[in-house]
Amino acid sequence: MNAECGQIVTAAPVNGPAIEVQNLALAYGRRTVLDGVSLAIERGAITALIGPSGCGKTSFLCALNRLTDMIPGCRVSGSIAFGSLDVRSPAADTIGLRRRMGMIFQKPNPFPLSIRRNIDLPLKEHGVRPRRHRDEIAARALRDVGLWDEVRDRLDAPAQSLSGGQQQRLCIARALALQPEVLLFDEPCGSLDPLATGVVEDLIASFRGRLTVVIVTHDLAQARRMADHAAMFWMPDGVGRLIEHGPARQIFESPQEAVTRAYIAGRRPPV
Amino acid sequence: MRDGTGDVTTSCQLVTIDLPPGRARWQLAATAARLFVSCDAAIAALIWAAALSVLAAFVWIVGDVVVHGLPHVSWEFLTAAPRNAGRAGGIGPILVSTLLILAVCLAASVPIGLGTAVLLAEFTSSHGWFGRTVRRSLDLLAGVPSIVFGLFGNALFCVTLGLGFSILSGGLTLACMVLPILIRATEAGLRAVPDDYRRAAAALGMSRRATLFHVLLPAAGPGLFVGLVLGVGRALAETAALIFTSGDVDRMPESLMDSGRALSLHIYNLSMTVPGGNDHAYASALVLMALVLAINLIAWSLADRWLRRNIVTV
Repeated sequence: MNAECGQIVTAAPVNGPAIEVQNLALAYGRRTVLDGVSLAIERGAITALIGPSGCGKTSFLCALNRLTDMIPGCRVSGSIAFGSLDVRSPAADTIGLRRRMGMIFQKPNPFPLSIRRNIDLPLKEHGVRPRRHRDEIAARALRDVGLWDEVRDRLDAPAQSLSGGQQQRLCIARALALQPEVLLFDEPCGSLDPLATGVVEDLIASFRGRLTVVIVTHDLAQARRMADHAAMFWMPDGVGRLIEHGPARQIFESPQEAVTRAYIAGRRPPV
Repeated sequence: MRDGTGDVTTSCQLVTIDLPPGRARWQLAATAARLFVSCDAAIAALIWAAALSVLAAFVWIVGDVVVHGLPHVSWEFLTAAPRNAGRAGGIGPILVSTLLILAVCLAASVPIGLGTAVLLAEFTSSHGWFGRTVRRSLDLLAGVPSIVFGLFGNALFCVTLGLGFSILSGGLTLACMVLPILIRATEAGLRAVPDDYRRAAAALGMSRRATLFHVLLPAAGPGLFVGLVLGVGRALAETAALIFTSGDVDRMPESLMDSGRALSLHIYNLSMTVPGGNDHAYASALVLMALVLAINLIAWSLADRWLRRNIVTV
């Protein structure tokens, strides 16, 4: 957790899934929102989570990086293995976990700080020193998201003066600067215009092979364009379940379940 | 859907049938419109009158104090000791006592207030019994008459803790009074910070401490600041609570354990118990108002600079 930010140290074997979820259930108070979800998320691939709103896709993402800890009354059961780390163990280091597993939200949420400090602050908190080193990492991250040329002259300007698409790319750069192995995207283009969406989408596609990406999206065309794997969530009895998953091509072209077939075709599935 | 639209048309027709036809209908509408317009004008006039009367009260008070007080304010008045029960001389020691009392008050209330506000806003749920209890007691505390605070301060600080009539006792009593305002304003400021920032920080693996100090408190800065300004205003204006705690001695204080007369108390004495003290009462009131204004301005500019450095919003 210190200056060695340049290297990613992974204890797990390079092959095999990056994250393995077994029998995950999640409840807010007495309301179960997700039950019986088992999914292996392939390393270096883009996995799209699709399905209607309210069927627990975002909750699933938040369980992966333990952001569910922040929600009072949220209970999670089942197992999540991230490499050699047992994510659900109370002893798991959530700070380290979240550094290795970044998350991007639907609404761009840069801090009300300058562009530079948005990236600098988390790096500093993770003990990356000296400042010159952090500046280099920040510049590299901004280049990675294609923002460097747009903001290099105004790094001390407020992050919130950027456009929505730029803010979202800044948030991605902020997560990238921490050298994560996994990036979780919760409808990253949900509040962006079509042009900005295209830019962010290309960016996410460029992570293929380098990072493991899990993306929740309601844009089926986007999922079809980007995803290597797809997982379809549905709530047959008011509780979110994973009803089908596999290679994206198979899910989009020859889904096994009638519900998936209807959802992909944009029809209301039979009840 | 089509059936629904049909229903609507039918009901519309039913309604129009009830109204008088042709010209008469227009006249009715015109009368109604005129009524609405005159109603609007009356409300507008009322609102303007209310706003103007507030302004008038402000101008009257400030004008009265300036007109009567300004001729007596001089450098000598600000620095000299009072003579002849305040009818002559100046307010030097009183000004010093006032500032010392204020300093003690802030030194005690700001850290405690900040800590409590952080606890309430960040570490308790807004519906939990603990938060609710603390919040309700603070609201009650804010409404307690200052004379009660004075008696309480006298019993606790002067007698029980043995601090006697002193600037320390007075400042600590004021701190008790200012705390509710400070805490509630700071808490409101923290609660107004969008949850997006908390989630963003958590997702980046930042600790709660770092999030608090580097993101939340700076973002809540304006709220904090409003609380501070209101608190300072209340502390400087206080009279009743200080009679029983910091005392009424108008000599230059030599330490915090000395008794010292606050400016507001001096004004009260001059205008109520010293015949012929009106001129200097006015002058002291003017100084007090200028002091509040100056502290607010200094605080604004400091806060502005600090916010510019730590937090950048559009």
